[in-house]
Amino acid sequence: MRIPPRVAQTVARVVLGAATFFTVAVLIFIIGHVLVKGIPVLSFRFLFSNPEDMGRAGGIFPTLVGSVLLPAVALVFAVPLGIGTAVFLTEYTRESKITAAIRFGADCLAGIPSIIFGLFGFIFFVTVLRMGWCILSGGLTLAMMVLPTIIRTTEEAIRAVPYAYREVSFSLGATRWRTVWRVVLPNALPGIVTGIILSLGRSIGETAAVIFTAGSSLRMPSSLFDSVRTMSVHFYILAREGISSENAYGTAAVLVLAVLMVNGISYWLMHQFMKRFS
Amino acid sequence: MSAEPAEGTKVPKICIRNLKVFFGNVQSLNNITLDIMRQEILSIIGPAGSGKTTFLRTLNRLNDLSPSFRSEGQVLLDGEDIYHPSYDPVALRKRVSMVFALPVALPMSIYDNVVYGPTLSGAPKKAKLDELVEKSLKAAFLWDEVKDRLKTSALRLSGGQQQRLCLARVLALEPEVILLDEPCSGLDPISTAKIEEALVALKQDYTIVLVTNNSKQAARISDRVAFFLMGELVECGSAIQIFTVPKDTRTADFVTGRFG
Amino acid sequence: MSQKSETVVYYVLQFIALSAMGSLLLIALFILKEGFPFILEEGPSKFLFSSTWEPAKEHFGIFPMLVGSVWVTFGALVVGGPLGVAGAIYLVEFTPKGLMRIIKPVIELLAGIPSVVYGFMGVAVLAPLIRTYIGGPGLSVLAASLILGIMILPTVMSISMDALNSVPPSYKEGSLALGATRWQTQYMVVLKAAKSGILASIILGMGRAIGETMAVIMVAGNAVKIPNSVLDSVRTLTANIALEMGYATGRHRQALFATGVVLFLVIMMLNSFAMWSLKERRKK
Repeated sequence: MRIPPRVAQTVARVVLGAATFFTVAVLIFIIGHVLVKGIPVLSFRFLFSNPEDMGRAGGIFPTLVGSVLLPAVALVFAVPLGIGTAVFLTEYTRESKITAAIRFGADCLAGIPSIIFGLFGFIFFVTVLRMGWCILSGGLTLAMMVLPTIIRTTEEAIRAVPYAYREVSFSLGATRWRTVWRVVLPNALPGIVTGIILSLGRSIGETAAVIFTAGSSLRMPSSLFDSVRTMSVHFYILAREGISSENAYGTAAVLVLAVLMVNGISYWLMHQFMKRFS
Repeated sequence: MSAEPAEGTKVPKICIRNLKVFFGNVQSLNNITLDIMRQEILSIIGPAGSGKTTFLRTLNRLNDLSPSFRSEGQVLLDGEDIYHPSYDPVALRKRVSMVFALPVALPMSIYDNVVYGPTLSGAPKKAKLDELVEKSLKAAFLWDEVKDRLKTSALRLSGGQQQRLCLARVLALEPEVILLDEPCSGLDPISTAKIEEALVALKQDYTIVLVTNNSKQAARISDRVAFFLMGELVECGSAIQIFTVPKDTRTADFVTGRFG
Repeated sequence: MSQKSETVVYYVLQFIALSAMGSLLLIALFILKEGFPFILEEGPSKFLFSSTWEPAKEHFGIFPMLVGSVWVTFGALVVGGPLGVAGAIYLVEFTPKGLMRIIKPVIELLAGIPSVVYGFMGVAVLAPLIRTYIGGPGLSVLAASLILGIMILPTVMSISMDALNSVPPSYKEGSLALGATRWQTQYMVVLKAAKSGILASIILGMGRAIGETMAVIMVAGNAVKIPNSVLDSVRTLTANIALEMGYATGRHRQALFATGVVLFLVIMMLNSFAMWSLKERRKK
């Protein structure tokens, strides 16, 4: 017997809707659970004092510093490279074998799992270049990891800038670089910043690539060549080794809040950007 | 075919000799030969797709931005071939500037729009820039409307104001030739009148080439008119001659509205 | 003058643009250099298909981990694939604009939650539930599949949504004009047109599931044996590397890099396939 189309439509709608709301509910549950259990642990002391007894007691200050420094180093390297690549791809060449190869490289890089980045960082930065487990090793590894994100978002932002702006700029006697610098990049900026912030969120949450390149020392770093433990690594160690479930929840709450904030800002910026050119 | 110069002028500003333009395998302009004089307004008329805009964009090498563009023949500006390999297109565009069909104000302040061109090479003194902004906006008949809000976004201006801003932006470069590509196509009659008034005043100091869809406009303000059809220059002569006693029947058909 | 500096800018940018490909080559080079000779030494078939992994006794067979990765990835697809595609269809076709504005950012936030947090949820909430209500040790194929399935949802959803959104509206209008209901249109026209994009979303989700490390370590149990049921503990390729890298030396470390080589090749194959299928779509 054939099912009447109207019934099929209603069934489909209910099933699909249930799937969607299940997804949303899971997300809200995860965030809610972490925040409800974690926020009571948070205090000024928790954030800004040193951990004691492997993290069983005390705060998370050095890991907070690690989670700021590592992504910062990563962005210092990845942002100029990513924007430069995107400008080259969009403004300086026509579609060719070279651009195809560059895009293929970026796409592949985007698909490589973080543990492979960790292995590479360990063998290349830590061992071959003899940098040891340190902020710089970790930051450079993260930079390679977020590079494709920055390239992709910058490219999209640049393409959204109307072609007429470039034409006007050229017709007024601007060189290509001047046009990029004075017209294209300023107008693409919100989109570019969105990509940078997304990368920031990803580097804050990254664990596998960081633990083998930046190490897991709980001491406060004094230079870029010191080992450091980020919040996500700290949280992983606390949770996995069952050191302190209370402090694990606290750290997780800080982590989730930081990532939520960062992604929220980037989403808002993206929205502004879309409004501008539609 | 060549065009006779308008009375009273001697040396042409731009000489176009046997110009052919291709985009890929498609030929857009065929064998154009034309002189453009100093201190004149030359209007280019013709139906859509006749190559008017392509011709205009050939004069300041904006077509170079399109990858499949190729040209033959010569375009001489003051006797120099602008398509010579050693000729710098960036420098050319400061001498031969363009106002586009749609008013495109760059998303920055009115002031910054006007000084965009002049500040590209080095940064002139602020006082000099202020003076330049005032002069250019006055020449474009826009100064009185915007003098109190130079620092506000140019995107807030009306379409007609934006187009006059585009003209002022070009004037601030102090070019020698101004190219206008249907500058009034999207504008109301009052804005159109203001632009026309500005162009007639500017004729004293500049060479002006105007592509227009509006035959009446061409008749009102131009010294000479060139009629393009399917990539060819059919006829060029004084405005009066073209609109009253055209030599070619195709021109006659067009100006009397029998086709196009 | 200006032409000269333009040329300089061009070459500087071209050099910069090689950074992404350079990174990829560097990674491929060093991973292969560290791991590939070991695979040859040990013999590819012995390394891949022997079931004994006892580094202390120089036994390096990654078969249990291979099977583990396959189980867990397959499980993640069973959970995340249908949910993700269903969610994408619902959001694109049946959701009013206003609601979409709330749901879409929420789903994008899902993508931003660090994987360790997912893993922790698996340990703290999911594993005890499985232990109590279904049986087994809790940390298992099932737990890992569920957690990974949720983790790949944003990937599957967002790429599927792009694919659905890029189906020309005229297809839909044509079908609706012929008297089809929305769902018939969806089922017969839109899904067919977006097929390769949806396939790509699932393959990319698969890549993400195979490559995921920290969350899997936390919820899968990590026992080196071939699982008999979804309630058994299991160890994946990624977990194998991450668990032992901290203390491995000599041949043991090489074996871990060799595991990395296998992982790297599998991922590259999957991603190339996904990219190819996205490209096919664009060609149409």
